[in-house]
Amino acid sequence: MLIDYVGVKEINGSLIVIDGVKGVSNEEIVDIRLDNGKVRQGRVVQIEGERIVVQVFEGTRDISLVNTRTRLTGHPMEQALSPEIVGRVLDGAGRPIDGLGDIFPEKKMNINGTPINPVSRIYPRNYINTGISTIDTLMTLIRGQKLPIFSGSGMKHNDLAVQIVRQAKISGATEDNFCVVFAAMGVQKDVAEYFRKSFENSGVLSHVVMLLNLSSDPIIERTLTPRCALTIAEYLAFEHDMHVLVIMTDMTSYAEALREFSSSKGEIPGRKGYPGYLYSDLASLYERAGMIKGSEGSVTQIPILTMPNDDITHPIPDLTGYITEGQITLDRNLQGQGIYPPVSVLPSLSRLMKDGIGEGFTRSDHQALANQLFASYARVIDARSLASVIGEEELSPIDKKYIEFGRLFESRFVNQGFENRDITESLDLGWELLSTLPRAELDRVDDELLDKYYKD
Amino acid sequence: MKKYDIYGINGPVITIKGPTELKMMEMVHVGEDNLVGEIIAVSDEKTTVQVYEETTGLKPGDKVEGTGSPMNVLLGPGILDNIYDGIERPLKAIEAESGAFISRGSQVSALDDKKKWSVTLKVKKGDKLKGGEIYATLPETQIIEHRLMVPPALSGEITDVKPDGEYTIFDTVAVLTDEYGVEHNLTLCQMWPIRTSRPIEDRLSTSVPLITGQRVIDTMFPIAKGGAAAIPGGFGTGKTMTQHQLAKWCDADIIVYVGCGERGNEMSQVLEEFSELIDPKSGRPMTDRTVLIANTSNMPVAAREASIYTGITLAEYYRDMGYDVAIMADSTSRWAEALREISGRLEEMPAEEGFPAYLPSRLAEFYERAGRVKTLSHDSGSVTIIGAVSPQGSDFSEPVTQNTKRFTRCFWALDKSLAYARHYPAINWMNSYSEYFNDIDPWFEENIGEDFVEYRNRISALLQEESSLMEIVKLIGSDVLPDDQKLVIETAKVIRVGFLQQNAFHADDTFVPLEKQKNMMKVILHLYDRSKEIVAKEIPISKLLALGLFDKLNKMKYDIPNSKPEMFDEYIKEIDEQTDRIL
Repeated sequence: MLIDYVGVKEINGSLIVIDGVKGVSNEEIVDIRLDNGKVRQGRVVQIEGERIVVQVFEGTRDISLVNTRTRLTGHPMEQALSPEIVGRVLDGAGRPIDGLGDIFPEKKMNINGTPINPVSRIYPRNYINTGISTIDTLMTLIRGQKLPIFSGSGMKHNDLAVQIVRQAKISGATEDNFCVVFAAMGVQKDVAEYFRKSFENSGVLSHVVMLLNLSSDPIIERTLTPRCALTIAEYLAFEHDMHVLVIMTDMTSYAEALREFSSSKGEIPGRKGYPGYLYSDLASLYERAGMIKGSEGSVTQIPILTMPNDDITHPIPDLTGYITEGQITLDRNLQGQGIYPPVSVLPSLSRLMKDGIGEGFTRSDHQALANQLFASYARVIDARSLASVIGEEELSPIDKKYIEFGRLFESRFVNQGFENRDITESLDLGWELLSTLPRAELDRVDDELLDKYYKD
Repeated sequence: MKKYDIYGINGPVITIKGPTELKMMEMVHVGEDNLVGEIIAVSDEKTTVQVYEETTGLKPGDKVEGTGSPMNVLLGPGILDNIYDGIERPLKAIEAESGAFISRGSQVSALDDKKKWSVTLKVKKGDKLKGGEIYATLPETQIIEHRLMVPPALSGEITDVKPDGEYTIFDTVAVLTDEYGVEHNLTLCQMWPIRTSRPIEDRLSTSVPLITGQRVIDTMFPIAKGGAAAIPGGFGTGKTMTQHQLAKWCDADIIVYVGCGERGNEMSQVLEEFSELIDPKSGRPMTDRTVLIANTSNMPVAAREASIYTGITLAEYYRDMGYDVAIMADSTSRWAEALREISGRLEEMPAEEGFPAYLPSRLAEFYERAGRVKTLSHDSGSVTIIGAVSPQGSDFSEPVTQNTKRFTRCFWALDKSLAYARHYPAINWMNSYSEYFNDIDPWFEENIGEDFVEYRNRISALLQEESSLMEIVKLIGSDVLPDDQKLVIETAKVIRVGFLQQNAFHADDTFVPLEKQKNMMKVILHLYDRSKEIVAKEIPISKLLALGLFDKLNKMKYDIPNSKPEMFDEYIKEIDEQTDRIL
């Protein structure tokens, strides 16, 4: 029996309250038909007896107390799925907008997904060669990992993401079983267009599913976009054995949409006004990466977030860092010096790196070299801060050597432009730079490796 | 049991209208799928339930049914080598039932009820037993004997005993008749409410250290068996890594590892590593003495809140058998955030940073469950709690870190700049502390030698001195310092690089026996003493550094195998010869 509920009781931000509703279930999707014939969708977010609170994805503009008819659909938010979805362009709620017609669904899945059982996970240990020295050597990306890019407004995170997509070599992936799911949340039209063009130029466009919620699109819809994207990714990876790279940009816009929703619902705010459940909410997205037993596929996530005011302790990067398996941090100073990619090495990290590199994956000296580069570069920063007080001239000879090493490291190792470097090349370059330091300074590497790689 | 209708739903919190007979903290089943929930507020207008599973699809009018008892866990053989979610549901069995993704309302029993255990009865007819006393034992794994104890509230006379043999967990192996003549069947398992600590006979002093094989911990900031420690650190500083190292190497009999709101991939790593890691003492895999609780960050938030209590209850159960248990909680901040999240849904008045006002008392309750005790079976056992804290924005002044500090006596502060330089474990020696020195120093003096404590005090004095010298160096560079101060800086560098820093991936360095820790300090201090003589004679320090002795000591952790303590004498000899030559 389909009942239309006429009118609403209350409108507040993106929320409407409807009274006298029977048989509604939590998180159910409702269709809201306006007088002018337009249909919007909403989701039940709170139930109190017969009084329900509905979050309207497209916003509540034009809705009055009397001009709507609301109908329950009987199911939670679902994403239509089929292998043919690869190559399509969808809106922020997972509906096609490329004019090629509806997706003929093989199945529909709840976009909230269900948690992967920890015992069913396969521990990720195959590295992805991105061709970028800093990433491959010092914060290696692993298949099935979630490794965000911490950036700031105006920095070159988009170029970096595109370069990773273009150059990434995933072990086990071929033309046929590799695809990219790209979710844009609150980004400008031209940024989305930049991604589309870049995918086209590198010939991967036919392997991309694009979900676009642009900055002009409804804000509440933004809270659905990553969920639809990850549902598609999980479906392709775990039911069709594909290796899926998910790029989500910009997570900051997503979190802000969540804050807006939360505050209009009257929830008690946590840090900086973000809801207390921001951690759980972000985790419900980021944790949808990995590999599971019984499937060949994998979901690797590269979320991009712009740190407000470049502040890494802001709740969004902070909570993200606690959930993801490391981070690639970009630095405005490096970018100012014309260094690309402006990867700030010290605060960057890949937690899964240690098991995916070394003998059998990259090269046996990889871990030791990475440790030494981190340690030596940390010394460079100390020496620089000393130099800023007493002047470079007054530094001890060894500190001067470090300053020189720092310069070389940044101009040759970090700054590589759009070149595609293979892992051996990157590692050798690392050793070459370390060789400018006295051998006794290299205390993270054992003599055997030094004998082999240290050049006097 | 009486059933009630759901009235309101808000995330994981549901309400029932009108007065009910449900009790505070009673466990309930919700809806058609029998989701697990708990009563968290009762009034004559409404009863509030927190649901441990995803509430999508629940409808007003769906039923809520009480169970009559609080949130319980089932205690018995089969806990070890298992992996549970936050409310003791076995994840392996759930996988067999519903595949790689966790479905709701799973009714799998926590313990395998088909498996037969070979039980040895320890009592005979007519024996008088009190609560907590042992009536039977069985080999749970190859290295751990499971001791079956009379539930703490019962006592009486044994009126029937089955012969030794093979039994499943629900089989009766003995009958206990209490003073009123009521018969109680003793099986291989019992229930216990997770939020209540298990009773003990007496508390013992924390006079024995928990040996971890990690130099910075054992030497500088040791923890006692039965103690509580906090590991605070921002992301990427190595909390989880340190927890893993402690779980692998500390000398507790049983490890309970609680992954509370952490990463799924990390849990699969723990699973994999622990089953591959062979315990050097027994030659058996780590998993034989480990239980894992994995409530990853995307699993329901209410179960995350419960996971800490489930973990500590399992730990107490093994403690009562007379074992030393260590529980690693990673991370307690996620648990505190779960509290905050639920408190927010209840529209409670928030205190600091949105956390509920009862956060400190909940933390205190949890850490208070650590201790070395005399058990009801007249044995001694201990529960050591090691809780990771993930401070928001790496700021140690936030409420969870601050309140944890009040209830733990060991504080291992992880430091971002150390982690950036890949100095692991990144435990900052200036901000960390241990209050257990007075309790356990006698043990060190007796078992490792009086010099151990003396060396430690000298080492930490040197580090202290270096830290104040570095203030000057940061301003004017190290060149202007007099040679005796330069020597302090050089020695402190050896202490930092050669001693405090430890490589978890190196076969020898990952675990270092106390004896070797002592010898390493001895050699470093010996070099310092000899160098002081040289500096006192106004011989330039550059001459001393050119000998390469300092660099050699930096690498002695790798160069001297754990099995060859005699090599330290050679080092001392070499230091003497080289320095004599200069003198």
